[in-house]
Amino acid sequence: MGNEALRADVDLSHVDYPAVQQSPEFQELRRTHRSFVFPVLTACLVWYFAYVLLAVYAVDFMSTRVFGSVNVAMLLGLAQVVTTFAVTMWYVHYANKQLDPRSEKIRTEIESGDFETEGAVR
Amino acid sequence: MFAFEAATSSPGNPWLNIAIFGAFVAVTMVIVFRASRNNKTAADYYAAGRSFTGGQNGSAIAGDYLSAASFLGIVGAIALNGYDGFLYSIGFLVAWLVALLLVAELLRNTGKFTMADVLSFRLKQRPVRIAAATTTLVVCFFYLLAQMAGAGGLVSLLLGVGDQVGQAVVITVVGALMILYVLVGGMKGTTWVQIIKAVLLIAGAGVMTIWVLALNGFDFSALLDKAVAVAENPAILDPGLKYGVSEVSKIDFVSLGLALVLGTAALPHVLMRFYTVPTAKEARKSVVWAIWLIGIFYVFTLVLGYGAAALVGPAVIAAAPGGPNSAAPLLAFSLGGPVLLGLISAIAFATILAVVAGLTITAAASFAHDIYASVVKKGKPEPGAEVKVARRTVVIIGVVAIIGGIGANGQNVAFLVALAFAVAASANLPTIVYSLFWKGFTTKGALWSMYGGLISAIVLIIFSPVVSGSETSMLKTEAIDFAIFPLSNPGIVSIPLAFLLGWIVSKLDKTVESPEKQAEMEVRSLTGLGAEKAVSH
Repeated sequence: MGNEALRADVDLSHVDYPAVQQSPEFQELRRTHRSFVFPVLTACLVWYFAYVLLAVYAVDFMSTRVFGSVNVAMLLGLAQVVTTFAVTMWYVHYANKQLDPRSEKIRTEIESGDFETEGAVR
Repeated sequence: MFAFEAATSSPGNPWLNIAIFGAFVAVTMVIVFRASRNNKTAADYYAAGRSFTGGQNGSAIAGDYLSAASFLGIVGAIALNGYDGFLYSIGFLVAWLVALLLVAELLRNTGKFTMADVLSFRLKQRPVRIAAATTTLVVCFFYLLAQMAGAGGLVSLLLGVGDQVGQAVVITVVGALMILYVLVGGMKGTTWVQIIKAVLLIAGAGVMTIWVLALNGFDFSALLDKAVAVAENPAILDPGLKYGVSEVSKIDFVSLGLALVLGTAALPHVLMRFYTVPTAKEARKSVVWAIWLIGIFYVFTLVLGYGAAALVGPAVIAAAPGGPNSAAPLLAFSLGGPVLLGLISAIAFATILAVVAGLTITAAASFAHDIYASVVKKGKPEPGAEVKVARRTVVIIGVVAIIGGIGANGQNVAFLVALAFAVAASANLPTIVYSLFWKGFTTKGALWSMYGGLISAIVLIIFSPVVSGSETSMLKTEAIDFAIFPLSNPGIVSIPLAFLLGWIVSKLDKTVESPEKQAEMEVRSLTGLGAEKAVSH
């Protein structure tokens, strides 16, 4: 919580947000964020709707018994759960390694007043 | 045979059920009173001082999200309709990826108390705030009605209160308790109720799941065989029993799937929970916790649903008071007798109480913060006035929920919840996504998208088969039929329409929204610069 207390005292009213937005550092953070969340979320939604459409329009395939009375539909349903868990852990790992250090650097630089963009903090 | 006797009258011992529920209320009340001693500012009251950890908030999210509709509804749906019930679980779970990847952290970084804070950040304050508060109140109201109506149905089964007057009394008691929790405890008290409830619900479902599996030698396939034998219908293992009957019902299911997966990240009471943690990183952690808890719980529902089919039987469940909603309680009774039934019943009540409390504080915060403080008082309310208004709103919403709940008693609970999801996905999600990720989005686009999504979703519902045209519709008669829209879920039309409206209107709109504000929002959302801080006491 030490950082929280410090941040409360920083005056942000003079931050030149458009300049920060245009800075290469921020553009890289933005790219790092978008290049992960957009394709991964799209893939997850495609996979989900494939499952929904199979369950509705390919009942015979989904009813195929795999072992005992367990059928394809149940395994695909559990696979949805597993991929949801996997993507969650993947994103957390990515955010900790790729996003947090970048955003933290920009944030502390602006707060301490030495962000490297002309006019970023006037 | 035990279970069969149970189904003909009210199972278990009503007094035992009441005693266990009373114990839950007593324990949570003490905790709520202790936790809420230093509720002073608006940040304390709406956002619990932003002092919860990711783990605590994640559990509370799970407690908020796993409503009676998920627990009783899905177990019952699997027991009666087989695999189609499980499709709900998957939609409800995968939806969290939208919240995790697109919304949670960015919202925590840019907002203060409500969804409208984020939506109006870089657009024109007044109109956008009013629109966002309107959709928030509408979504909360439908969700609230569903929970209160569910309470009535549950009572008939668990407490043996069959008549309308008795059920009305119980709905009133539940509503009064909820008002007390929220009034006294604010967000802090509400959060603790949700955490305790989540732990009890997941533990209870876990014990029952292991118990059911143990009875079948931990062989899931054997459990399925038994369920098929009791149901005398092998089709309960395959998809299509409910939604595969016609082409319209198939499209209806796709529509439902769309609403489920896109609705979660736009539910105001879920979004508001992200403000109760100190940083965006903790918001991320809370979603991760929530995904694990919710995912594990939904896997339990698969076992419990087929367990109820195997051990109680679909015919007994369908004939029991409360219908499909009685599957989980009846399964508890057949496993552990009156004591386990009492525990599960108390948990089911606690579930309704906790979800209703979360919805009420969200609606009250939205009214007091967005309408009263920001629009009526133009952002300058007298000190303390905002929280005072919020507390009064809680009482009003509580009374409305009680009256609405009594009126909606006996209505289809799942319909009301699915409506809330569809309205949320149509009215809120496009504007949330556009304002966070698209520079060209304008105030006009936001208003068209929000009102267009809200109105189209509700109008399509009114002209759908859920409202009129059959014995099972809201009007309960075939005589009145204005169901000209064939689907019971509007999502497949209203969600793309709202996205399209937001896009086209913004493109045609010649006004340029402040690029400074857009820059500030983007920088703040990604870096956490200037994000609201935890309150230190």
